[in-house]
Amino acid sequence: MSLTRMYGLFLRHFYLITRSFPRVLDLVYWPTIQITLWGFISNFFATHTTYYNNAVGVILTCAILYDFLFRTSIGFNMLFLEEIWSRNFTNLFIAPMKIGEILTSLVATALIRALIGLIPAVLLTSPLFGISILDLGIFLFFLFLSLYLFGITLGILVSAGLLRYGPSFENIAWSTMFLLAPFGCIYYPIEILPEVFQKIAYLLPLVYIFEEARNILINQTVDIQNIYYAFLWNGVYFVLSIVLFYYSFNVAKNKGTLINMGE
Amino acid sequence: MKNLVEVKNIKKNYGKNEAVKGISFSIKEDEILGLLGPNGSGKTTTIGMLLGLLKPTSGEIFINGQKLEGNRIEILEQINFISPYIELPKKLSVKQNLTVYGKLYKINNINERIEFLSEKLRLEKLLNNITGELSSGQKNRVSLAKALINEPKVLLLDEPTASLDPEVGDFVRSFLEDYKKEKKISILLASHNMNEVSRLCKSILMMKDGIIIDKGKPEELINKHGRKNLEEVFLKLSRSKNEPN
Repeated sequence: MSLTRMYGLFLRHFYLITRSFPRVLDLVYWPTIQITLWGFISNFFATHTTYYNNAVGVILTCAILYDFLFRTSIGFNMLFLEEIWSRNFTNLFIAPMKIGEILTSLVATALIRALIGLIPAVLLTSPLFGISILDLGIFLFFLFLSLYLFGITLGILVSAGLLRYGPSFENIAWSTMFLLAPFGCIYYPIEILPEVFQKIAYLLPLVYIFEEARNILINQTVDIQNIYYAFLWNGVYFVLSIVLFYYSFNVAKNKGTLINMGE
Repeated sequence: MKNLVEVKNIKKNYGKNEAVKGISFSIKEDEILGLLGPNGSGKTTTIGMLLGLLKPTSGEIFINGQKLEGNRIEILEQINFISPYIELPKKLSVKQNLTVYGKLYKINNINERIEFLSEKLRLEKLLNNITGELSSGQKNRVSLAKALINEPKVLLLDEPTASLDPEVGDFVRSFLEDYKKEKKISILLASHNMNEVSRLCKSILMMKDGIIIDKGKPEELINKHGRKNLEEVFLKLSRSKNEPN
């Protein structure tokens, strides 16, 4: 693995972001709007339901966590799509970059993109709603790490689809998170789901992450098992996504998708 | 002169469709080989296989003595490609684009290399311009600078002067001739511009329906087919049955 090459690919996206004020605005705008909206909804529920009245920030904290996941996943997809849209895809794949270098570089860049959007929004929550996500304590780090892993896993899976099927897979890129959101139990406990859906939800790391966030904030206790299962499933899906990406790359080399990409 | 490119009986099938049906050729150092053929003849597929973007169904490709399969990264360090159908990121400045690709190709003295190429390709005043805002001719020269950033031993050119005005087209051709002579590189040129091919190429491959139907020096082909120029040879062969001449 070459750090110089990975830095080169990072630079390509860093230059793109820093050259364009609308792009920076776009990164910050949506998380801020999303979190402000959920802040007011959170306040409403906290004062009108018994479930949340012990923990004003539960919904808002979960909204912030979900937005981080969403931004990471979409961020990764965007980095890949940018190459297709700019017709630079072939240039990238004829550069002497290993697949591992491309993925590592995009994974790091996606994190930076997500943080650029999220940090200002998180800073807003304290003065606006009197809530700090830091209430989750040291376990906040594990929850964020777990969400980050799942976000890039989804990004890699979608990118594998783009490699395999070409730009026509783009619509799927935008909809994956929405498809999984109901099973993630982001704003409600898993018991709300029908039994069949619960079985599906338990196969995703999301339910363990959000159940644990609620557990910490409402019950003031920590269930290590939730964090363990979140990482376990993340590991499974992450490995699967990498294998699928390499497989898609080989299929693309057989089918010729790499030379037609962007047309 | 040693062969920098050796292609041995490569085939490429897309399902039942045979895009390339077992072709072999080589390119020596300090040589420009023209690859001609009508649309759909297999030129792009052949270039795709040389770039490692396409896996041949069978056959072998050697670049500078190394087999492409299994040495993709090492070989990509030694080759580069230019085509009007691919572009550099439009929102980045020329210098940013060249810096990015300098890093991707692990060039040690990127600034010196950019300075050298800028001078050679008349890009000095454009370095801080946004790539997407350049004219076709300027973009073409920037793409050429990117293609030369790694001092490739093998350069693959797909329609390198398409959509350029005659002055810029002539500049690019002269530059390529001089650069090839100076660096002793191998160039594969796919083009529909017969004057360009006649001027630059020492030898030519004519492809049609996935096979090489004829090959030779431009003047040899003109004499052999009793035509006035290469364009007439191209038309004759394009309309003929696919039997190697």
